[in-house]
Amino acid sequence: MSATTIEHHGPATGRILREAVILTGRAMRHWRARPITFSIQLLFPVLVMLLMGGLLGGAIAGTTGDYIVFVVPGILAFTVLSGIETTITAVTGDAAKTVTDRFRTLPISRGSVLLGRVFADMLTAAVELAVVTAAGLLLGWRPEGGVADVVLAYVLLLWLRFGLLWAGVWIGLKAGTPEAATTAQLAIWPVAFLSTVFVDPRTMPAWLGVVAEWNPLSATASAARELFSGTDLTGVTFVADHAVLFAIGWPLALTAAFIPLAIRAYRRLS
Amino acid sequence: MDVEMSPPGSIRVEAVHKTFPRRDKPALAGVDLRVDSGRVCALLGANGAGKTTVVRILTTLTGKDSGTVSVNGWDVDRDPAQVRASIGVVGQYAALDEVLSARENLELFARLIGLSRTAARSRAVTLLEQAGLSEHGGQKVSGFSGGMRRRLDLVTSMITRPAVLLIDEPTTGLDPIARRTIWNAVRSLVDEGTTVLLTTQYLEEADELADDVVILREGSVVATGTPSDLKAIVGEPRMELREPTLEDVYLHLHQGGDAA
Repeated sequence: MSATTIEHHGPATGRILREAVILTGRAMRHWRARPITFSIQLLFPVLVMLLMGGLLGGAIAGTTGDYIVFVVPGILAFTVLSGIETTITAVTGDAAKTVTDRFRTLPISRGSVLLGRVFADMLTAAVELAVVTAAGLLLGWRPEGGVADVVLAYVLLLWLRFGLLWAGVWIGLKAGTPEAATTAQLAIWPVAFLSTVFVDPRTMPAWLGVVAEWNPLSATASAARELFSGTDLTGVTFVADHAVLFAIGWPLALTAAFIPLAIRAYRRLS
Repeated sequence: MDVEMSPPGSIRVEAVHKTFPRRDKPALAGVDLRVDSGRVCALLGANGAGKTTVVRILTTLTGKDSGTVSVNGWDVDRDPAQVRASIGVVGQYAALDEVLSARENLELFARLIGLSRTAARSRAVTLLEQAGLSEHGGQKVSGFSGGMRRRLDLVTSMITRPAVLLIDEPTTGLDPIARRTIWNAVRSLVDEGTTVLLTTQYLEEADELADDVVILREGSVVATGTPSDLKAIVGEPRMELREPTLEDVYLHLHQGGDAA
């Protein structure tokens, strides 16, 4: 039997990209194969928005309508955080079922497997943000900032997703079993609530407000609020004063910390 | 140190040591192994003997502490990409995407190794036929039986038409019929010239398939030879009468025999 002639065209970068795109296509096929799961995943942040708005909006902001205006940028930030659950589930599932081992024994670039995950998750995040935005618009939220500000807000939201997904890849690889991954996913909720996503930190006890303010999620939520509203939030809190800067810095720090950890965990996967 | 590289289609493992972190005992303590081109070598041993560690080192998934390993003429440390292009791997669990159909799985892996969309589709059709799964190509793998998964896994490992096939406990958990189907599939691949290293706990499996047998105990090779060589260690051939086993009965019934 003769060995297959494996045709890899072009330079290494092109090859990695080609392989990563094929793996992204795999994730898209998962959407098609599991439409109900995917729909629930897309609508979950909308459900949280409706629950928070309906149950607590009046108490927090006076009226549900006012609260929706406040909370939509926060829910968009929450959406990029909750998306990490998909990353963890996908990575742990592949590792536990030894599909990752199959990829690692194929004559393909090892980097393409992680890059494929990044492409798939960023694409998913873009769709999720579009759905939440549409739901917000239906509920009366309107971005009042300029086009450039609005675009920048979405870029910052996706940038946070980029930083978080590397944390998700690392957690997924280290979790080992789907059960352990589920435990890790539970940590998402405290992170979401200990932030400025749902409430103004000035209404919290001082120490809790500080914790919430320095949560990376809060920086992106505050930056999105500022950019979408076209309002300068200077003087609200220190992080809110420098929201865009922190919304760039926190994901950068997450990326710098978790890319090496994720690559190391991938190489040492056993 | 002079390193003897393996000729095409063969495997060489020389003086390989491996100790995993936080373990007292070495997983491998100086293992030597040689599989010549076109032969089937069965690696026998109890749980924890080191069989899977040998396979993972050969697949480049696990590094070794010392020693030399080459596959199809390529060194696993210096030329891991060429080693991966030379091997097919069947692990203890079917490494398949359960959400996708059998055909989509095969096309995915074929596309990844560089085949065009058309070539990948054609390769998937051929491999599904080979696995006897043509009628189930569009079915999600999650709905497959254990035997169907193993057959699909086996042909998926052949997607690159590898010179060397590494199979880790291929029939664990399968019923006797499914086990024999896998054995026949392995034999077909060997007939086509593929070199096979398989690990197993089933002595019967080694007897059925292997040209050579290596027995591992606690990370060391304790016996090597052809099945006949190893049987000769026990003594002269003897004739014994035995009652049919339940496996004999099961196979008889499934092959159209009458129970009465």
